Amino acid sequence: MQALRGLAFLLLLQALGEALARGFSLPLPGPVLGLVLLLAALRVPALRAPVAAAADALLTHLSLLFVPVGVGVITHLAVLSQYGLKLLLAIVLSTWIGMAVTALVLRALLARSPETPAGDDAGEGDTHG
Amino acid sequence: MADFVQLWVYMASTPLFGLTATLVTYVSAQAMYARLDHAPWANPVLWSVLMLGVLLLLTRTPYPAYFAGAQFVHALLGPAVVALGWPLWQRREALRRRGVALVVAALAGGAAAALSALALGWVLGLPADVLRSLAPKSVTAPVAMGIAERLNGIPALAALFAVLTGMVGALSAKYLFDALGVRDWAVRGFALGTAAHGIGAARALQVHPDAGAYAGMALGLQVLLAALLMPLAARFIG
Repeated sequence: MQALRGLAFLLLLQALGEALARGFSLPLPGPVLGLVLLLAALRVPALRAPVAAAADALLTHLSLLFVPVGVGVITHLAVLSQYGLKLLLAIVLSTWIGMAVTALVLRALLARSPETPAGDDAGEGDTHG
Repeated sequence: MADFVQLWVYMASTPLFGLTATLVTYVSAQAMYARLDHAPWANPVLWSVLMLGVLLLLTRTPYPAYFAGAQFVHALLGPAVVALGWPLWQRREALRRRGVALVVAALAGGAAAALSALALGWVLGLPADVLRSLAPKSVTAPVAMGIAERLNGIPALAALFAVLTGMVGALSAKYLFDALGVRDWAVRGFALGTAAHGIGAARALQVHPDAGAYAGMALGLQVLLAALLMPLAARFIG
């Protein structure tokens, strides 16, 4: 029931986000505005348990949600067979560059600050594994 | 035999088919993934997409007929994007303490991924609308589609590139980080979430809880930064 309540709330925020994005022609997609609204709404303690239940269910199976779009590949076989190798090259290399830059920049920045070692603060209330 | 064909044609035309096929395939792929001890190459998204794609092509089922059922899974992407606020909020202490470092790294990594994709695609001679669909590929698929639309790209291609990017990240991150000597789980997770969005984050979650937490944070940050900055950047570049 908690998860269902949470899902209803998330959908409500997404709808609110879509309405705001369209109403004021904002440059952000509706769900992203919904995310921002959620960050504000979580100040209300009563909302936290339902949101946590729904978020855990949705985010644990996040990869399932990409399957329908992924299967859409079969409608673009023409573009893929024409540019497949070049696309693959651009996607693979740029993904590696993005991961390497993020990791190296973050490592350098964290090493400079005299904070506690990384990972210490990651344990709070997380049940994923 | 004719009866069977008729039954198949009927089944394939109801939403029941797309929904059932998606869930059964994914659950099987997930079971294989677990049995293979979460080997990167056994990624469940990759194998689900491959198996379903082959199934549709072999049975000559049109994609819209499949999507009539699969849309019920697809529709959950919206609330899932909203739900990304939860890991961000959960880690608000870490965000407050390390906020600057995390935002700078997310900006640098996101920009590096988008610009290198554009540069490589341009050098390789990809057409303009394909290039514009390639730019938001490090952002989670539903948001990438929205951004591509604003950039005058092709939303469906953008979603596809985003899914491919996620799979490349999930498949290769382990080897890349090992080669670079990056051992901190927080840094590995954050980089995976930044460059390979939800599929990368799903992988990070399976590998280590710290990596998963930071990947979720990176995914949320990337969504916010890219949705705000990419249309702006495109206006300046033209």
